[in-house]
Amino acid sequence: MGLKTLLTTHVSAADSHTLSHYRSVGGYESQKKALTEMTAEQIVNDVKNSGLRGRGGAGFPTGNKWGFIPKTDKPKYLICNGDEGEPGTFKDRLLIEKFPHMLIEGMVIAAKAIDSHQGYIYIRGEFHKGIRIVEAAVEEAYKAGLLGKNILGLGYDFDLVVYSGAGAYICGEESALINSLEGRRGHPRLKPPFPAVSGLYACPTVVNNVETFCNVPHIIRMTGEEYKKIGTEKSPGTRLFAVSGHVKKPGIYEVEMGTPMKELIYDICGGIKNDGTLKAVIPGGSSSPILTAEEAMTATMDYESIASLKSMLGSGAVIILSESADLVETTYRLAEFYSHESCGQCTPCREGTHWVKDLLHKIKIGEGTEKDVELIFSLSRNMEGGTTICPLADACVMAVRPTMTKFKGEFSARLKKEVSISH
Amino acid sequence: MAYQFSQDSEIRFQRLIPQFPSKRSLILPCLFLLQADKGFVDQEGMQYIADRIGDPISLAHVHGVATFYTMYNKKPVGKFHIQICGNISCYLSGSDSITEHVCSKLGIDPGETTGDKKYTVDEVQCLGACGFGPVAQINDKYYENLTPEKIEAIISELEKQV
Repeated sequence: MGLKTLLTTHVSAADSHTLSHYRSVGGYESQKKALTEMTAEQIVNDVKNSGLRGRGGAGFPTGNKWGFIPKTDKPKYLICNGDEGEPGTFKDRLLIEKFPHMLIEGMVIAAKAIDSHQGYIYIRGEFHKGIRIVEAAVEEAYKAGLLGKNILGLGYDFDLVVYSGAGAYICGEESALINSLEGRRGHPRLKPPFPAVSGLYACPTVVNNVETFCNVPHIIRMTGEEYKKIGTEKSPGTRLFAVSGHVKKPGIYEVEMGTPMKELIYDICGGIKNDGTLKAVIPGGSSSPILTAEEAMTATMDYESIASLKSMLGSGAVIILSESADLVETTYRLAEFYSHESCGQCTPCREGTHWVKDLLHKIKIGEGTEKDVELIFSLSRNMEGGTTICPLADACVMAVRPTMTKFKGEFSARLKKEVSISH
Repeated sequence: MAYQFSQDSEIRFQRLIPQFPSKRSLILPCLFLLQADKGFVDQEGMQYIADRIGDPISLAHVHGVATFYTMYNKKPVGKFHIQICGNISCYLSGSDSITEHVCSKLGIDPGETTGDKKYTVDEVQCLGACGFGPVAQINDKYYENLTPEKIEAIISELEKQV
């Protein structure tokens, strides 16, 4: 366990984003293998055998997702979700800027697996640099015959378009992303039907995260069986963890799944900033319930371990909070984020997220009461568990309620005005 | 003269058309073209987009999309649009002091534009660069690991470009 590079082996190469560099380290060999030696079914089976789970947040098995695509005459679409925007999450930007050809290669292999001939890479609009890099890589790949009609003369066609998001966190939710690609407001859709049956332009569609696609060439190169030997049995592979907050060396680290969180924080990231003590960890993006320092020290970085602590590995974004962190303030800021990003379709989310934010603001500025705390808990019960089309309201609850429960004293102190108040 | 795409935007528009099986998908990229031309999206430009995409896309469709997404400026912004992330990781790294410093130097509050139209300052939600906070986006470029001194130097550099 510990640091292990699979995707980021050549991250220090200044030209890692170019086709010439990518090819010099064996890039596009897996694409060739998939297009010449493997059937679509074999590709799907290899990815199933690898145990790869989606790296976007939900952790759904990728091979199974591909296997849901029906065999119809309708066009099938392949979408890369590069709309990362959850507070704490910044791993895909590295892959987009440093390894765009790995992403393209993964998408071509996935395209063959689901019989898709048109793909879109949806990147959050703020990533101007990343968008330019991926666009240049797509152009290079077209010129080299690695994309487009009759790829490598092997009779397979796949076109790829880069599409810029326009600033809406909710578009990271796959059905909202599809609406956005269709030129609509990014409103999540009711499911079923799931995108695998009726997605982009009402056709079968697979949406995968950037990191998920980047794993695919490695699985095809080394076979699913070999890939599965990395990491833990139920969480195979490596994972890019984006570590931020109060650590000495924040950044993006690729480690083997199952690595102890303690090792990630203290050995890899150099420990707590200013040699402080650890107060809490948000382990998988802002919507993953907070862990106390004690819980964090028992956790390993895999889906099962974090789930056993009633949290989520989510997007792999680890936010470290030292004893100096004001959890009332951080919780308010997260609630503010979710209220800002609610798409407004569902009342529990549209009203609830704003209400929770306003109540937390009241507490933050020293005007809160115990009744406000009770109201937040009451509201949160009406915002979760399927009362809305998508899980944004649930995400807000998960970002707020566990912190208010586990760190009750910090909120009580603010109610009693035992701490200095900043407006 | 009524608005129409600049030469560059027209070339880009023509390239966009074959990329999507549905004309509706052109709305978001067209709004970016409009913003590149004018600096913000206005009624005249949105009507033009609706007309260029054609039936059944109306001004209402284009307006509905433009108002949903935060990256489309609905009003003019300064030559330099300074967007400072204020969410959790950047906050933990001291983003408040960056916002205060910038606003005090420019004499405006977040959400405002300086009288000379050079700068607009906005506090934004996560910019997706959380390990390198505090982070600001100025026009197309990210500035990371900011300190009050660093942002001061950046603004001095911008002054030279005005």
